[in-house]
Amino acid sequence: MTTDPFPPAETYTVTGTGPAAGRGPARVVIRGVRFILAHVPGLVAAGSKPRRELPAGGAALRAELRSRLRSFALAVAYPPHQVMIGSLAPEALREIARPWHRHPIAGARPRGPGGAIVDQMTFYAWLARADAANLVRFTEDFAARLADATGAGPIPAASAQQIARTLEDRGEPLFHEDERPVGAVAAGHEQDEALSATVLLENLAAKATGALALRRLLDEVDDPDPVEYLLGCGEEAVGDRYQRGGGNLAKAIGELAGVRTAGGADVKAFCAAPLHGLLMAGALVASGRYRRVVVVAGGSLAKLGMKFRGHLAAGYPVLEDVLAGVAIDVGRDDGHSPILRLDAAAVHRVGDGTAPHQMARVLTVEPLRALGLRLSDIDRYAVELHNPDITEPAGSGNVPAANYQVIAALAAQAGEIARSEMPAFAEAHGMPGYSPTQGHIASAIPYLPHAVAGLTDGALRRVQLVAKGSLFLGRMTAMGDGISMLMERNTLRTAERGGPDGGAQG
Amino acid sequence: MDLEEQGAIQRLVESGQRDRMVVVLGTPTAGSTRMVALTLTQGDPSYAGPLAGVPLGLPVYHILEDEVKAAIAAEVYEEEIGPLEFVLDKPGIMEALRQTRAGSGV
Repeated sequence: MTTDPFPPAETYTVTGTGPAAGRGPARVVIRGVRFILAHVPGLVAAGSKPRRELPAGGAALRAELRSRLRSFALAVAYPPHQVMIGSLAPEALREIARPWHRHPIAGARPRGPGGAIVDQMTFYAWLARADAANLVRFTEDFAARLADATGAGPIPAASAQQIARTLEDRGEPLFHEDERPVGAVAAGHEQDEALSATVLLENLAAKATGALALRRLLDEVDDPDPVEYLLGCGEEAVGDRYQRGGGNLAKAIGELAGVRTAGGADVKAFCAAPLHGLLMAGALVASGRYRRVVVVAGGSLAKLGMKFRGHLAAGYPVLEDVLAGVAIDVGRDDGHSPILRLDAAAVHRVGDGTAPHQMARVLTVEPLRALGLRLSDIDRYAVELHNPDITEPAGSGNVPAANYQVIAALAAQAGEIARSEMPAFAEAHGMPGYSPTQGHIASAIPYLPHAVAGLTDGALRRVQLVAKGSLFLGRMTAMGDGISMLMERNTLRTAERGGPDGGAQG
Repeated sequence: MDLEEQGAIQRLVESGQRDRMVVVLGTPTAGSTRMVALTLTQGDPSYAGPLAGVPLGLPVYHILEDEVKAAIAAEVYEEEIGPLEFVLDKPGIMEALRQTRAGSGV
């Protein structure tokens, strides 16, 4: 007797004129999400900006940077980090005076319903585990400390002379509490720049933080289905000189996290990649091809300390001291998790205008209009949620506030609200930014732990995720990118239409 | 205004037809409006680019000025500028232009 490996997809009926009108695909839900913040002060100097500026700044600048690094306890108690792991609501930040680092949360815990903050020792233990090519070595003393502190298996160790030789031979140092390296990453090839120690450390850091997030999701989110496909959406470029950026870190992350039932691939779209990943994951589940797909990404080492000059000048600690990883669980409708409305996904097309209001119109007004919804029917917009305490001292402004202004202006233009009501609209439908400036991580998805909670046990009905990508940075086009996804309370259709699968709202 | 842009504008002006040129800014803040307007009238105030000490004296307008808006078809203005008119600091931008014009006599 054989079983059909691809049973027919469940269907639901939608009306209206959108592309999903008529018999549609199976409904898709976001079942859970987990973030990992790895606090790595010892690697801040390996970020792109400090790496370039510290040599010119000399010992004085190095000492100043070191003196502004935070302890793990302060990173845990940092209010925006508590929001990232779901322990504090984003709106609660409005009640805390800025800059937020001056108001640590008393009794803050490193674990929350939306993720966890891990210390540098834990990160280094996972970095060692992530190293499949035998290129990471710690000093014998530090390796023993790592094994003791984390309960990890044997950590690869080397003598001080071997570490020194590796560093002389284009190796990359690993620091912990002072200026003496506790380990090194060796280059993966004598000449290949795509396998330099610098690039490999970036890629290993992304792999380790992505796997930490995925492992946590698998341990904590109750799901009857095994993970069948992984979609990577980080910003790393994995490959050798013949295929720089060849990719598929997703599969490597799955292996490290102990997933055996899934294959995968990567989605590349700058900061917008997680939402492109969600769209594709949703489509794979809706088609019936897979029952459970996880969108996963690790953190961006290059962005550590990116705005450290601004932070030093403002008298702040160096706030870009965490690597962020994420895992998002996409599956079949379970009757209660928030619905991912694929028929309301909007992608910025090549022919669309790229001015801020034109992008916002394509991503917010148009897909909502197609469903007969107004901008004010969305309870919360999750935009690029960069923490303004990180961006403002460096002259980059308040990114989410600017985004909410444009959405409010579109509501005013549409006659939904008066111009004088724009600030109130932005406050009611927006939120303060709280994400570390980890590129793809900051783009809408930090709200997912709160959206999933609010759309199931809370009072939220609809949340729109709106992400943008700076494609022009790669010099291949002058275009930007954007994508939006609508999340909806699972029972909304039933509740609003007075019957099961009312469907009238399309 | 970066050095490359300053160089491109300088070459354009030097290529002739200076009398037929006007500048329409789309700068988003009062500060950026002042900086670009000064650069194209009195010369680069930061003395870093090709227009340092080069007073081009070009007539400078901003897309949010009522006179500029009146000169553009309403539907085009709506599509290209639309709600940004509500978002940007129009009074601040107008004041920056007024000060620059008063200082340069343009």
